[in-house]
Amino acid sequence: MSEEFEPRIIAFLCRWCGYAGADMAGTSRLKYPPTIVPIRVPCTGRIEMEQVLKALKRSDGVLIAGCHTPGDCHYVRGNFQCFKRIALLKKLLRQMGINPSRIRLEWISATEGRKFARVVREFTEELKELGPLRRVE
Amino acid sequence: MGQAGEGGLGRERIGVFVCHCGRNIAATVDVKKVVEKIMEHPAVVHAEDYDYMCSRPGQELIERAIEEKRLTGVVVAACSPSLHETTFRETVERAGLNPYKCEIANIREQCSWVHEEVDKATEKAIRVIRGVVEKVIRNEELKPVEVGLHKKALVIGGGIAGIRAALDIANAGYQVILVEKKPTIGGHMAQLAETFPTLDCAQCILTPLMSEVANHPNIKLLTLSEVIDVEGYVGNFHVKIRKNPRYVDPEKCNLCDNCTKVCPVTVPSEFDEGLSLRKAIYIPFPQAVPSSYLIDPEACLGMNPVICGKCAEPDVCTPGAINFHDQPEIIEEDVGVIIVATGYELYKPENLSEYGADKYPDIITSLQFERLLSPNGPTGGIPRRPSDEKIPKRIAFIHCAGSRDEKHVPYCSHICCTYCTKHGLLFKELVPDAEVYSFYIDLRTVGKNYEDFLRRAQEEAGIQFIRGKVSKIYEEDGVVKILAVDTLLNRRIEVEVDMAVLALPMVPADGIEELASKMRIQIDNNGFLQELHPKLHPVESATPGIFLAGAAQSPKDIQDTVAQASAAASKALEILSQDKISHTPIVATVNRDLCSGCRLCLSACPYGAIEMVDGRAEVNEIICEGCGACVSTCPSRAISLRNFTYEQLDAMIEAVAGGI
Ligand code: FES
Repeated sequence: MSEEFEPRIIAFLCRWCGYAGADMAGTSRLKYPPTIVPIRVPCTGRIEMEQVLKALKRSDGVLIAGCHTPGDCHYVRGNFQCFKRIALLKKLLRQMGINPSRIRLEWISATEGRKFARVVREFTEELKELGPLRRVE
Repeated sequence: MGQAGEGGLGRERIGVFVCHCGRNIAATVDVKKVVEKIMEHPAVVHAEDYDYMCSRPGQELIERAIEEKRLTGVVVAACSPSLHETTFRETVERAGLNPYKCEIANIREQCSWVHEEVDKATEKAIRVIRGVVEKVIRNEELKPVEVGLHKKALVIGGGIAGIRAALDIANAGYQVILVEKKPTIGGHMAQLAETFPTLDCAQCILTPLMSEVANHPNIKLLTLSEVIDVEGYVGNFHVKIRKNPRYVDPEKCNLCDNCTKVCPVTVPSEFDEGLSLRKAIYIPFPQAVPSSYLIDPEACLGMNPVICGKCAEPDVCTPGAINFHDQPEIIEEDVGVIIVATGYELYKPENLSEYGADKYPDIITSLQFERLLSPNGPTGGIPRRPSDEKIPKRIAFIHCAGSRDEKHVPYCSHICCTYCTKHGLLFKELVPDAEVYSFYIDLRTVGKNYEDFLRRAQEEAGIQFIRGKVSKIYEEDGVVKILAVDTLLNRRIEVEVDMAVLALPMVPADGIEELASKMRIQIDNNGFLQELHPKLHPVESATPGIFLAGAAQSPKDIQDTVAQASAAASKALEILSQDKISHTPIVATVNRDLCSGCRLCLSACPYGAIEMVDGRAEVNEIICEGCGACVSTCPSRAISLRNFTYEQLDAMIEAVAGGI
């Protein structure tokens, strides 16, 4: 089963950087696995821990991509806010016995299409290795 | 999932329009299958595909469907929203739908262009569209927020930055209040001898602008004044200004100068950086604006008329301009925009006592040297050293005197290499046989035409540039000794000169933190005012309607300062020229019943858009930028972002993850 396992990734992409970086990957026709479904958010600072958890419950991994720290967030410090939350959430996941690398936070600028494609590829491989997230319904 | 069954959502009738984009989408995404699958959604009452949705016929297709199928919302599955979101929102508006009831599902840049297997790309496209359908179902119909504004600007700081900004706004036909803390406008530029790289005289450039300010019908100039309070928001700031007494009525003062002749008190002149003396009643410099004398209340004895009061005698001050009872005044103004141009000061020499400028007369600051070079300076433009008024034959300029130094200021002060070069050149012109040394760490004469300027100094003027960090400077028996390490030859050196000039770094003006906190402007690590974004919003502060110009934002030269001042003015005019301030309605809103008054959102908001009203948070819709930082911080879920609510995101997560 694990050979054909295709992980599912839900991605929260900040509209200014992560989302624009994903657009750039498309404009440059870079290929990456169709494992990822993006959701456009105003800023990574908008994302709550609960909703990252919720997304993780419904997938195998969650990617969050926003503007580079320190100064690129279009709303001054949303990216820091997110960074702190994700660090905390990862600790929590560890305690729950879930591998924290199922949540991945990346700073991807509007020009970094290449980075976006690489991150999706890497993350997909990593999740394939981890296998499906066993859900307790 | 029950998404369409809940309450009012059940009445939503959504139309989905899938674009082929020629073969750009259709080659990788099975658009027919997408249409078929999406029709299964209980809220979707119409779905169709078309070659080019953004074309005229494509848009008409959407308009027709809205009318015929009485759609309440539209999803266009096509290219990235950055391309055609506006196009399609206008389309639905033409058919009578609120533009916020239209959203784009990106199935090109983030799907068909990056995937190859048709079935998987198709499945992904369906997920993406389902997510957006869930969002549109829950989108509110919104209208832009609008408020009126005061078509008037406040400019704080009357140096070259404030002068330029005030003139630009006033020339565009708007009222400006220009507030300056000192008795005259002109700032540091008025003290300079000549400006690089053209070596034209600073006063010749500056004083015409100063008189333009003085005579401009649209500018109200308040000197000796400070902003003490700022309330409100963009378009509607209410400011309080304290105008300190001048004790001389500028309307009456005729500049006869009789008063200074009888004044018995002398103190060091600020304008000459302490290199000359002035009286307690004085004019900072002849071209000062306002063109009037004033009394320095700290120095004047006449504040107690029993002791002095000579200047006010009727045969001295014939127009009767002097009034010892002059009182501070509080002035209140309503303005729409504010430009902060509070400038800089030099790092204090006492902080750098290893370089001796606070102890030895012939070790001076760069601004003092400007005064020595200036024809209206204390030595009439002949550079004489302070201790014995001799013309120095050997002189050293110390770059980075305190800058790029963790013990002092860590940043590069940006202009010192160039002005030290200028000082060397000007000095060589006046004293051709002089030995001139310049001690530097790196030479950073960046700017248009500055490289030639440096060449001239190195090659033609014969200034000796020594790459080395100076460790100590002191004066002994009239000789200034400089101990340094020549880092190119890697050896210790000692150089003897007659005078040394320290290029002290620019630091933000005193009191900047206090002023910044009144206006919620952020301060950077070095104490300068922080712009909102270095490239997107270089002259905007984080508070909408407040702009930054000049050295208050970072050390910079006159050229950059003026350019930035004009940029700030044009940003300010962008607001002033509107009749109403209109703002996106995608902002945060508070449910007062849920708000516990914990105030966490106040600190999460980078714009200061949230206030406490009767113990509950309230969002100012004009200031809110819609980032949602407060939403994710609120422990009571009392705040939500319009058209990006918790429920919407929840439903989207559910929809993109659901089975196909
Ligand atoms: S806007 Fe991209 S992270 Fe804040």
